[in-house]
Amino acid sequence: MFPELNNLLNTTPDKAEQGKLTLLCDAKTDGSFLVHHFLSFYLKANCKVCFVALVQSFSHYNIVGQKLGWNSGPCAFEAGVGTTELNPWPWPLFLSPLGHHHPRNSTLACEAQAWASVLLARYCAHMRRLGGISLTVARERGQLVFLEALKSSVDIFFQTPSEPQPLQFLREASAGDLRPLYAFVREALKPGDDEEASWRPPVLLVDDLSVLLSLGMGAVAVLDFIHYCRATVCAELKGNIVALVHDRGDAEDEENDLLLSGLSHQSHLILRAEGLATGFCKDVHGQLRILWRRPSKPTAQRDPSLTYQYKIQDKTASFFAKGLSPAVL
Amino acid sequence: MAAAAKATCGAGAGSPGSVAAAADRSSATSFQRRGPRAGGADGRGPRLVSIAGTRPSVRNGQLLVSTGLPALDQLLGGGLAVGTVLLIEEDKYDIYSPLLFKHFLAEGIVSGHTLLVASAKERPAGILQELPAPLLDDSYKRELEEDECNHKTPESNVKMKIAWRYQLLPKIEVGPVASSRFGHYYDTSKKIPQELLETAKWHEFFLPEKSSSPLSTEPCHLTHGYMKLLEFIKNIISEEGFDGSNPQKTQKSILRIGIQNLGSPLWGDDVCCTETCGDRHSLTTFLYVLRGLMRASLSVCTITMPTHLIQNKSVTARVIHLSDTVVGLESFIGLEREANPLYKDYHGLIHIRQIPRLNNLICDESDVKDLAFKLKRKLFAIERLHLPPDLSDSVSRWSKQDVAGSARQPGLGCGGMAEGARHLDF
Repeated sequence: MFPELNNLLNTTPDKAEQGKLTLLCDAKTDGSFLVHHFLSFYLKANCKVCFVALVQSFSHYNIVGQKLGWNSGPCAFEAGVGTTELNPWPWPLFLSPLGHHHPRNSTLACEAQAWASVLLARYCAHMRRLGGISLTVARERGQLVFLEALKSSVDIFFQTPSEPQPLQFLREASAGDLRPLYAFVREALKPGDDEEASWRPPVLLVDDLSVLLSLGMGAVAVLDFIHYCRATVCAELKGNIVALVHDRGDAEDEENDLLLSGLSHQSHLILRAEGLATGFCKDVHGQLRILWRRPSKPTAQRDPSLTYQYKIQDKTASFFAKGLSPAVL
Repeated sequence: MAAAAKATCGAGAGSPGSVAAAADRSSATSFQRRGPRAGGADGRGPRLVSIAGTRPSVRNGQLLVSTGLPALDQLLGGGLAVGTVLLIEEDKYDIYSPLLFKHFLAEGIVSGHTLLVASAKERPAGILQELPAPLLDDSYKRELEEDECNHKTPESNVKMKIAWRYQLLPKIEVGPVASSRFGHYYDTSKKIPQELLETAKWHEFFLPEKSSSPLSTEPCHLTHGYMKLLEFIKNIISEEGFDGSNPQKTQKSILRIGIQNLGSPLWGDDVCCTETCGDRHSLTTFLYVLRGLMRASLSVCTITMPTHLIQNKSVTARVIHLSDTVVGLESFIGLEREANPLYKDYHGLIHIRQIPRLNNLICDESDVKDLAFKLKRKLFAIERLHLPPDLSDSVSRWSKQDVAGSARQPGLGCGGMAEGARHLDF
């Protein structure tokens, strides 16, 4: 979570809004840092999160989440130390092929485990100061439901699944639909029994919707999916939806343009990360446009669209007004 | 650095590229190479990782393998992370992209990795025969120097003698010994020695041979050839234990997958033929499942793809997005620029289009964006694009203007030149 972005959006995890659809959009740059921000933001806010991760593996999100520090509250990683038995790759992924859970008997895992234990003590102290978010812990506590689509797509392709999978459409010869995925989301966020009652309103996070188009879904099917999710998550459960879509401006991708404009039409807040028009810069990675859409307000009072430039650092991102990069001043 | 490079290269220092060239592989000078050696994964052998030809990334802890071109490794943030896909956008006539492809495979053989070569055009066995010869240990320094300054004085050939008795020791044979060093240089003028090929472990996927057999799974909307290839890769990964499901009996290794001309009509895909083909999700779905396979195994994949043939631009954008690292080649052959004095030292431009962000918010992006490649007598070199110095006084004014006009936008296509320069014939 980037505190500076929270300031810009005038929000904190304690007073997260409800019933909103936030559209993340990136053009000529990579907007995944926004996804990481909202993931740790809502986990910190004690919301129940359903994360449909279509792009990267679990461990990628986990490690980045641990890096995004937040200087208050108990350290989630401390609780995570006990769980390294389940995940032999807590942090020093020297050998992990990108987030694969190795069986513990393999020699590879043993070597890494020995090395990991050396680093672990030092790392724990470090993390205690920073206090990152551990997705492993969140998942075990039942706060996070994580759909690792990369993994399940391989399973769907090569094994005959017994029950319908969320990404069942990959297997179907004709154009399938996203109904199984919607059923998965609804099931995951369904307000459950006593112990889950402590979670705050649910959140659906999708990274990213453009991948669904690449996998053969039509834009209309994806829009339908989001519409159903809005009805369930935003309206019924008073939760939030955050979704990332790429803007491939010059690629003449009609389906993607349709999806983007359809979602822009529905969303309450649009965060648009753009690469600089002047090209690559070492000190400014891009600009972020914040577009509030509050239909309740009359036009005259509506907040104007705000543009900031940003620089992503190793563990956080800094935002500044246009042209006021510390490197320039 | 420049002074040192000049001193080493002697008379060859007149060409501007040689400075960068020497900086790139400064093993010829007294400077230490920054990339591979800083990782500590050379020579003495890595401390933690016991897989040959790999080293951990300093930045994000990923296990890296070399592309076979140390200069490219550096541009990509140290190398290719295990579990990722490198996409090489082929140049227009497909001349230089096979070279990159072969370097990648040859590096696998030298490092003792297992290879999986897939092609629809030529037999993988034939591709392997054509791999460039590695310049191992001592010999590569000598070859580098030779390539650097072809016309050197005879004195420079005389080796400095520290202790004469070492000369009597037998030279280390360039034989079937797998080298554990990270990244090697290759001699493109020679073929890889047969002994090395014989020791290598490799699997081949030749589409015309495989396409006849029926699929074991139900049909889905994926093109037949892609489905077969995915099945094949999946089988190799699970049979040889690259997914960690069963501990590998033999020495731990990396699976290097090379797929040639993916997306071309030979694969049964029609993205190159029509713009509005019904089956345009085949390629992207294939890449997605491939990424899923890679992420869960000790393997790394290089794909060459004729992206300039793909009719629908949106497919290209999606393909790039579904690959991890993307490198584009743009050769000057057949272009007006070939004759341009600006580019006389180079054979083409190389574009680093995408570098993955793995376990990290940011990626290792190099500051240098203008890169060019050239195929020297023996080496394939990637360098920073330099403008040649204007040495002669006799250059007439109009040609200078012409060069400057076209130099303004080196990144754009050849169409950009026509408007800038005033073509007056009198």
